[in-house]
Amino acid sequence: MTRSLALTLAAVLALAAAASPVWAGHEIAVGLQCDRVGPTNTIGPFLCPGAHDYVKLVNKKGGVDGHRVRVIEIDIKYQVPLAVESYEKMKQEGIVSLMLYGTPQTYALTPKLTEDRIPGTAPGFGRADATDGTKYPYVFPVAASYWSQATAAVRFLLDESKKQGKKVGKVAFLFYDNPAGREPLQILETLARREGFELRTFAVPPPGIEMSAQVLDIGGRFRPDWVITHLFGRSPSVSIKELKRVGYPLDRVVSFVWGAAESDVEAAGWSTAEGYLGLQYAGVGQDFPVIQEIVKMYRDEGQAPPKEMAHSVYYNRGVLWAAVHVEAIRNAIKKFGPQIKGEHVKQGFEMIKGVTLGGLVPPLEITPNDHEGGGWVQVWQVKGGKWTRVTDWFKAYPDILQEALKGS
Amino acid sequence: MIHRECGVLKTSYAADMALYPVPLARWTVGAIAAAAFGVFPLLAGDYLLSIANLAAIAVVGAIGLNILTGYTGQISLGHGAFMSVGAYTAAILATRAGLPVWVCLPAGGAMAALVGMIVGSPSLRIKGLYLAIATLAGQFVIEWTINHVTWISGGVQASIYVPRPALGGLVIQSQREMYYFIMVVTALAVVAALNLFRTRVGRAFIAIRDHDVAAEIIGINIFRYKLLAFAISSFYAGVTGVLYTYYLGIANYEQFTIVTSIDFLAMIIIGGLGSILGSIFGAVFLTLLPIVLRYVVEGIGGLFFTIPDVLNLITNVQLILFGGLIVFFLVVEPEGLNKLWRNIKDYFRVWPFAY
Repeated sequence: MTRSLALTLAAVLALAAAASPVWAGHEIAVGLQCDRVGPTNTIGPFLCPGAHDYVKLVNKKGGVDGHRVRVIEIDIKYQVPLAVESYEKMKQEGIVSLMLYGTPQTYALTPKLTEDRIPGTAPGFGRADATDGTKYPYVFPVAASYWSQATAAVRFLLDESKKQGKKVGKVAFLFYDNPAGREPLQILETLARREGFELRTFAVPPPGIEMSAQVLDIGGRFRPDWVITHLFGRSPSVSIKELKRVGYPLDRVVSFVWGAAESDVEAAGWSTAEGYLGLQYAGVGQDFPVIQEIVKMYRDEGQAPPKEMAHSVYYNRGVLWAAVHVEAIRNAIKKFGPQIKGEHVKQGFEMIKGVTLGGLVPPLEITPNDHEGGGWVQVWQVKGGKWTRVTDWFKAYPDILQEALKGS
Repeated sequence: MIHRECGVLKTSYAADMALYPVPLARWTVGAIAAAAFGVFPLLAGDYLLSIANLAAIAVVGAIGLNILTGYTGQISLGHGAFMSVGAYTAAILATRAGLPVWVCLPAGGAMAALVGMIVGSPSLRIKGLYLAIATLAGQFVIEWTINHVTWISGGVQASIYVPRPALGGLVIQSQREMYYFIMVVTALAVVAALNLFRTRVGRAFIAIRDHDVAAEIIGINIFRYKLLAFAISSFYAGVTGVLYTYYLGIANYEQFTIVTSIDFLAMIIIGGLGSILGSIFGAVFLTLLPIVLRYVVEGIGGLFFTIPDVLNLITNVQLILFGGLIVFFLVVEPEGLNKLWRNIKDYFRVWPFAY
C-alpha cells in the first residue's frame, strides 16, 4: 500500500516535472485590472480571458526570450479604491507594466504610475490627452482614442456619402453623458465647422437605458444623414432597438468602439441590427493565425477552446492588449537585458512597430511622442448574423488631432 | 476596550461627564494611539499602508454620515456628492490659487458644509424616506453640475490633477507619509466627533433624533440644529473628498457616485447607528471585506478549479459572500458591529462571576 502510494507519487512528480518547461530566465510580472462583475460586466469576462490566453500561448512557446510572463489579475469591480489597493498589491509583486481598466481608474492611477515609473495601458478607456507621451510619459492609450475615433467616423461617413453621390448635411451625435462620452465632442465640433455639416448632439444620461425621447428627436424631427453613437454598457443595444423602432436606417449609424460587440447586437437581435456599423480597434472574428494557435494550444491540452472566444470583438481586444505588453517587454529585454524595470518597459512600448499578428492588430507605431500608436480603426458592419469588415485600417485628420492635443 | 468599573466611584459631575470614565480607558486609548502612529507604520509595508489609508479615509466619511443619520436621525443619500464638492473645491484652490493643503482641507470641508446645508434644507419639512429622495436629488444635481460646468470640472474630462500636499518644506508623497497625514486628520475627526456629543449641540442632535416635537418643546431650535447637523456632517464628507483627492492626486467625480453614498450608508448601518466606534468598525469592515474575501476565495478556489474558472468564480463568489456576510452580521446583531462589541465587553465586565 505505502509502496504503491510512493510509486504513484513519484510518477505524478515525474509527470509534473516533464510537463512544466524549465525556465532559463526569471519571471516577469504584468498586472491586469479587470471588471467581471461590476457595471462593465458585458466586457470584462471576454476581454480578460483574451489577455490571459495570449500570454499563456507566449509562455507555451518559450516565453519572452526564455522569461516567463505572469499575469496578475485582480478584479476591481470598476471601483477606484479597489483599483488603488490592487495596484499597490501588484507593485509589491514587482509588476513591470499594468493593464488599466476603466476611465476613472485610469485617471486615478496616472499620478501613481508616473511616480513609480510603471507604464500602464488603457486601450479604449478614454484619456485622449494621454496620447501626448511628453505630457503623460507612463500612460499608453495604445488603441484609437475617442478623438481618433471621432475623426475616423466622420471620414468614413463623408467617404460613404461621396460614393453614393450624396452630400452630408446633418449629423447627429448620440452619446453617454459622462466624461468619457463627452470627450469627442470638441473634435466633432471642429470637424463640423471644417466639413460644413450641421452637428447636433443628443446626451443620454446614465445609466443610459432610456433614450426614446432622444431617438425620437433624431428620427422624427432632426432627420440626419448619419448618426454617430458613443454609448457604453447596455445602452448600445437599446440605441439599436430604439433607432430601428423609429424607422431610422441602421446602415447610417456608426458606433464607437464600445457599442460594436457581438453582445450588443445579440441583445438587440441580429436581424434587427442588420446594417449597423461599428468602429473596431482590433480585428473581429477567428480568422487570425494567433487565434487559431490559441485554439490549437487548447486542443493539444485536450480541452475545448474557451467559450469566451465566441465574443471575438472583446476577446481579440484582450489578445491585442496582452500582445502589446509582451512586445514592449521583448523590446525592453532586447535593449536592457533581462533585469528590466518599469522604466525600461516604458521605452519598450515606445519602440513598438509592426506587430500586426496577422491583421488582428493595426499597424501600430508607438513613439515617445505618440503613445496612441497612430489611432487606427476599421469599420465593420452587421451582415447576415455576423460582423463583416467594411474598410481596412485607416486614420484621419491628423492636423485636427495635433491641434487638440496641443490645446489640452 | 474591556474596562472593569469596579471600585471606580464618581463623586462629581465632571467625573461623570469625563471622556474616559475609567482610568484604564486613558491607557487603552494611549496604547491604540501608540500602535497606530508608532508601531504600525514602521512595521507595515506599502501595501498594508495603502489599505490602512483607504480605511482611514472611509472612517472620516462614515463618522460624518453617522453624525447626521445615526445621531440626528436625518437620512442622506447625497454624501457621495458632498465628497465631490470637497474634492473639487480643494483641487481648484490648490491648482488655480496655489493654496497649501492646510487651507484647502478645511476649505473643501466648508464648501461641502455650505452645499450640504442647501441640500439638507428640505429636512425642515420632511422626514425619513421623503428626505432620502430629496437628498438623492441633491446627489444627481451636484453630479450633473460638475459634469457640465467646465469651470468647476476643469474641462470635459472632469478631472483636476492636484500636486502632492506639502507641509512647510516636506512633500507628502510615499504611502507612509500619506499614512501619517491621513491618520492625523482621522484622529482629529474622531476626537472632534466624540466631544461633539458631550456638548449642548450634540445633545440637541440626539434630542431631535429621539423626538423632534419634544425637542422643540424643551427649547431646541429645530431649524438651526437640523441645518447644523447637515453642515457638520457635510463638512466631514467634504474633508473625506479632499483626503481622497490628495491621496490619489486627482479630483474626479465619477468616484463619488450614488454607489458611494450607499456604501457609506451601509458602513454605518453595519457598524452601528449612533456610535463613533461603530462608524470606525463599519468603515474598516467594508474596506477590508472585499480584499480579505479575495484572498480567501483565491486560496480555496485554487484547490478545486482551474485558473480561468477561478478568475470568473472569485469575483462572483466574492459578491455573494459580501452580501451574505452583511446579512449575517445584521441578523446576528441588528444594531451593528458596535453592539456586538458591547455585548462582548459586557460579558467580560463581570467575568468570571456573572451574577
